[in-house]
Amino acid sequence: MEMKPLTRVLLGLVCLLVAIWLVAPTLVVVPMSFNANKSLAFPPQGFSWQWYQNFATNPEWSTSFLNSLKVASIVAVLATVLGTLAAFGLDRMKARPANLLRMLMLTPMVVPGVVLAIGIYAVYLDTKLVGTLLGFVLAHTILALPFVLIAVSANLEVFDRRLETAAASLGAGALTTFRTVTLPLILPGILSGLLFAFATSFDEIVVSLFITNPYLKTLPVQIFASITRDADPTVAAVGTILLFATTILIGGGMLLLGRERKGRL
Amino acid sequence: MNPGQASRGAAIDLESITKAYGGFKALDGVSLRIEPGEFMTLLGPSGSGKTTTLNVVAGFTDVTSGKLLVGGKSVVGVPAHKRNIGVVFQHYALFPHMTVGRNVAYPLTLRGIDRATRQARVARALDMVKMGDFAHRYPSELSGGQQQRVALARAIVFDPPLLLMDEPLGALDKKLREWLQLEIKRIHRELGTTFVYVTHDQEEALVLSDRIAVFNRGRIEQIGTGRQLYDEPATLFVGRFIGDSTVLRGEARSDATSTALRIAGETVTAPRRLAGEASPVMLLRPEKLAIGRPGQGVASGTNRLSGMIAEAIYLGSGSKYEVRLADGSSAIVRSPLTGESFGLGEQVELCFDGADAKLLADDSTADTTLT
Repeated sequence: MEMKPLTRVLLGLVCLLVAIWLVAPTLVVVPMSFNANKSLAFPPQGFSWQWYQNFATNPEWSTSFLNSLKVASIVAVLATVLGTLAAFGLDRMKARPANLLRMLMLTPMVVPGVVLAIGIYAVYLDTKLVGTLLGFVLAHTILALPFVLIAVSANLEVFDRRLETAAASLGAGALTTFRTVTLPLILPGILSGLLFAFATSFDEIVVSLFITNPYLKTLPVQIFASITRDADPTVAAVGTILLFATTILIGGGMLLLGRERKGRL
Repeated sequence: MNPGQASRGAAIDLESITKAYGGFKALDGVSLRIEPGEFMTLLGPSGSGKTTTLNVVAGFTDVTSGKLLVGGKSVVGVPAHKRNIGVVFQHYALFPHMTVGRNVAYPLTLRGIDRATRQARVARALDMVKMGDFAHRYPSELSGGQQQRVALARAIVFDPPLLLMDEPLGALDKKLREWLQLEIKRIHRELGTTFVYVTHDQEEALVLSDRIAVFNRGRIEQIGTGRQLYDEPATLFVGRFIGDSTVLRGEARSDATSTALRIAGETVTAPRRLAGEASPVMLLRPEKLAIGRPGQGVASGTNRLSGMIAEAIYLGSGSKYEVRLADGSSAIVRSPLTGESFGLGEQVELCFDGADAKLLADDSTADTTLT
């Protein structure tokens, strides 16, 4: 459809405004992280790297960062394996029980985080899981599982199961068929599930606040604690690092996927 | 490794195969012997059990009861991937994440065949289907006909003694279909493998097959060559499914040697009678019916029926007429180009020799399953 020049310009302006509105709050942390004063004021005054130094050298910050990395990595793998298996099981079940089970497994996405947190906290007090790696991994896996389930299920829905029949006729057993045909074709779903699971765990705060203790803190907990205690611009430095890390990760992933798709067409 | 040798194909024996889904019998006592190297077509309308039979042989569907032997060995309970049977599907089923070359190499890789042999055999199979230049393309870059040729190469590259094809040309247009039919025939000749081909298209079955098994409602109605099925149909269903036909129904009277049908005041006779109690109908092929103007006295035949031209179709090589008979039923007549031509609504007279009429038991379900 042909657009008038004026319409085009107006449309462009509106898009730009929306884009700014969406990313501006995130971008604000970048200048704040170079503040020379120990304050979270915007606009910042002066320039210094000290908050980045503090993040790297202050054990409170570096351990919580490593904790988050550790928890998120384990959760990503665990939730991806479990979520993929669940998606497979549901895909091959009768529709009615499968839908019921699917709804059940998606409840962590719908239930308010605080409610879930209270429940988990109560159970963890009894089982002494508060402030443990296992406790964090279990809780975050519950929260991450729905994302993997959704991503893999979406891929399985468009996967042509007749390809599995064809593979069988060519001599492939069930496992070989899965490895050589099914897995490569649903890999995009599994990978995006993995990414979502990692991100879910890495920035989870509500449940984490309940099950944390002074011995085991994740990065969001540390950020929250820091910002309620004092206006430490290290928070902004951490935010900036995370912003660039995720941009590179997602951007790189999209580039890789785009290249592969182009090669195939 | 001697192409064209008939002994490379496997014989298949189906003995009283039954497949039930709850109370519904998709297959109801199907027995069929297919000779080594034979091209057997399973023909029938949709839901007649032909595809189920193919799936049973391939191992995709297990049987409720009955015996199934491939190459003399029972394969009941043997999973599909251990049967070493090639299958070509209607929807190609090529792996979209692999190139044509890797698709065709797939069954060889699974069998642990070394790289050099694998490449040689992939090249040979692709050459056989005339797709040798496409090894590095992806399936999404190919047309339907090309994809199906690759699928065929993939199904024959591991030298299976038996190749199953489930309506492989069903999704292609007519011209391409006719050309690929000849290609499939050529490949069958070159390989000497046993081919089992499923289709609902009787013309396709006639073009391709050594023998045809006609399926209807989970049973085989008749097995025979195309000529046998056309000339000597065993049932009304087969007669109507293969080729064009005219079915005459009427008040029947039989004596020891002949049968007469009274159709809206006119009587036709055939010098035979039907064994058993069923009420007889006459089935006539279009070329056995002569058409002429009333009272003109067409030479052939003793039986006469009057009617009116309801439809005239120019075929190029001749004309085809649908004639509405006095009782409201219709007859199909083919006349050569040199013959007289008739216009819509014209009164005509059909003549035929009673000896050319097939007497068959009436079967009202033959009509319902055909439409």
